[in-house]
Amino acid sequence: MIINFIQWSKKSLFSNWWNSLITLFCIYLLFLIIPPFINWAILDATFSGKLKTDCTAGGACWVFIRVWFEKLMYGFYPVENIWRINLSFIIFIGTIGLSFFVREKYKLYILFFLIFIFPFIAFILIRGGFGLTIVETREWGGLALTFILAIFGIILSFPLGVLLAMGRRSEMPIIKYFCICFIETWRGIPLITVLFAAAVMFPLLLPSGTLVDKLLRVAIGIAIFESAYVAEVVRGGLQSLPRGQYDAAKSIGMGYWQMNFFIVLPQAIKTVIPGITNTFIALLKDTPLIYLIGMAEILGIVNMAKANPYWLGMAVEGYVFAAIIFGVVSFILSSYSQKLEKKFSTENK
Amino acid sequence: MNEKVIELVAVNKWYDKFHVLKDINLSVFAGEKVIICGPSGSGKSTLIRCVNRLEEHQEGSIVVRGVTLGHDTKNIEKIRGDVGMVFQQFNLFPHLTILDNCTLAPTWVRKLPKKDAEQLAMEYLKKVKIEDQAKKFPGQLSGGQQQRAAIARALCMEPKIMLFDEPTSALDPEMIKEVLDVMIDLAKGGMTMIVVSHEMAFAKEVADRVIFMDEGRIVEEKETKEFFANPENERTKLFLSQILG
Ligand SMILES: Nc1ncnc2c1ncn2[C@@H]1O[C@H](COP(=O)(O)OP(=O)(O)OP(=O)(O)O)[C@@H](O)[C@H]1O
Ligand SMILES: [Mg+2]
Repeated sequence: MIINFIQWSKKSLFSNWWNSLITLFCIYLLFLIIPPFINWAILDATFSGKLKTDCTAGGACWVFIRVWFEKLMYGFYPVENIWRINLSFIIFIGTIGLSFFVREKYKLYILFFLIFIFPFIAFILIRGGFGLTIVETREWGGLALTFILAIFGIILSFPLGVLLAMGRRSEMPIIKYFCICFIETWRGIPLITVLFAAAVMFPLLLPSGTLVDKLLRVAIGIAIFESAYVAEVVRGGLQSLPRGQYDAAKSIGMGYWQMNFFIVLPQAIKTVIPGITNTFIALLKDTPLIYLIGMAEILGIVNMAKANPYWLGMAVEGYVFAAIIFGVVSFILSSYSQKLEKKFSTENK
Repeated sequence: MNEKVIELVAVNKWYDKFHVLKDINLSVFAGEKVIICGPSGSGKSTLIRCVNRLEEHQEGSIVVRGVTLGHDTKNIEKIRGDVGMVFQQFNLFPHLTILDNCTLAPTWVRKLPKKDAEQLAMEYLKKVKIEDQAKKFPGQLSGGQQQRAAIARALCMEPKIMLFDEPTSALDPEMIKEVLDVMIDLAKGGMTMIVVSHEMAFAKEVADRVIFMDEGRIVEEKETKEFFANPENERTKLFLSQILG
């Protein structure tokens, strides 16, 4: 072990004087950063208490996170209804987890459920109706809002992206060029512009009196934006499918939609799941931008909290907390996508 | 026996500038078996792919079972259902079991009830002698078994015409026979067949006619016996001497 480590470090860290210098410099940097951080975050930190004034140790005041936890996670969503958000997430995670254990054939049903049924269930659960008290979207917030938008974004963008990818390969020039323009235009616009347009400009264009919920506008904006990226990922999957598969499907009399539904998409989508996961991670990390259009996602709540007279200046704890959560979620997702990639590459050999 | 099921008249086809089929005239009658041979790149695949319109031709006319193929052909799927095709690379659907490969088109194109489709599929899988592989995926089968499964898949549409594009040239020698046996059975059952193949023994056994193509043209077309006994064209002679050794 130790000998291996020495050999490894000789080869990759100290292979010449220049590399050695960089290595030493990095070690020095870590030395500068890590001990103070540990002091701040753990050794000198305060974990128990109820008020900012309980934090006397000089380090991080994790009391703040404890007291504000529900707001950071769920915004101003009524506490007694928080279970509805949790249930939606449990259904979502549970369904994806289930897909690991079922046979190939049922995975398609799961995908179908996630795309066409789950959004409605989750929407009714979270927003209310059918006997559940209505919770207006402006009360939604915190980390949950980020996830809701990202998950809805990816789910809604998926069918749209698939259609765009198919359209881009269509033999009909009108459809083909429309899809190319659509995809390239949306890929050329930064997300923040889309968000501002959806939140601020779009209502100006509508006849006054028309009311489309702000969150809905933003969600649709994100979904369309995302669909352009999904389309390009799916197109890669479509291109990787051998021509013989199309020939065979046509030769047994299948029409365009049958061929795509039964033969092309099931195979193409399987190969692009890692790519879609990566797109999703990127989206998840971009979604906190909604803070800039005045939505109370986690950073919005942190900013609100630090302006609260009792919790003045508590921003750093909030940011670190948000960073840790995003770090963990992104790590889980990217290891998942790496695992899939490996699995597919061995399967295809 | 005298009904013309396929008729090509003065067919020309280009890939961009490349003139791949030149003035092709060909008629095939019901129940007839036609073998097409010729050097690589001579347009054999392209020719038979035009018959079920996997490729489009630019000039001339192609009539299949009374329907003229063209841009405005309605129900091209219907015609393709009547014309089965078997490919060099098998082209089975790797994400479906052999049985599902076979029942897919009967279920969704012919709209047979699931039970009937499965019964039909098992019948044809039995015919090609791989009924015991029905639940496996294509990747788990040998090349010969895959090609027989592909034949069964095509037969499940109960086509009137079968096209074969070098069905045995991707196979190891020991597997060629099992596929040819199935094709011989099919031929004896009266199927109309166009087969692109260099298996001359097979040609001698089942073919009514042999066609030799070169550089996009049909340069020789004769009854089987005549073709082997008295080839006229120089290139045919050369080709035959190479292939028969
Ligand atoms: N999609 C295509 N686009 C452009 N050229 C093509 C295409 N398909 C085939 N060709 C060309 O057309 C010619 C005829 O091809 P085809 O596949 O019909 O030949 P073949 O007689 O079947 O040959 P082989 O014995 O190698 O299968 C070849 O020169 C080939 O390069
Ligand atoms: Mg060929």
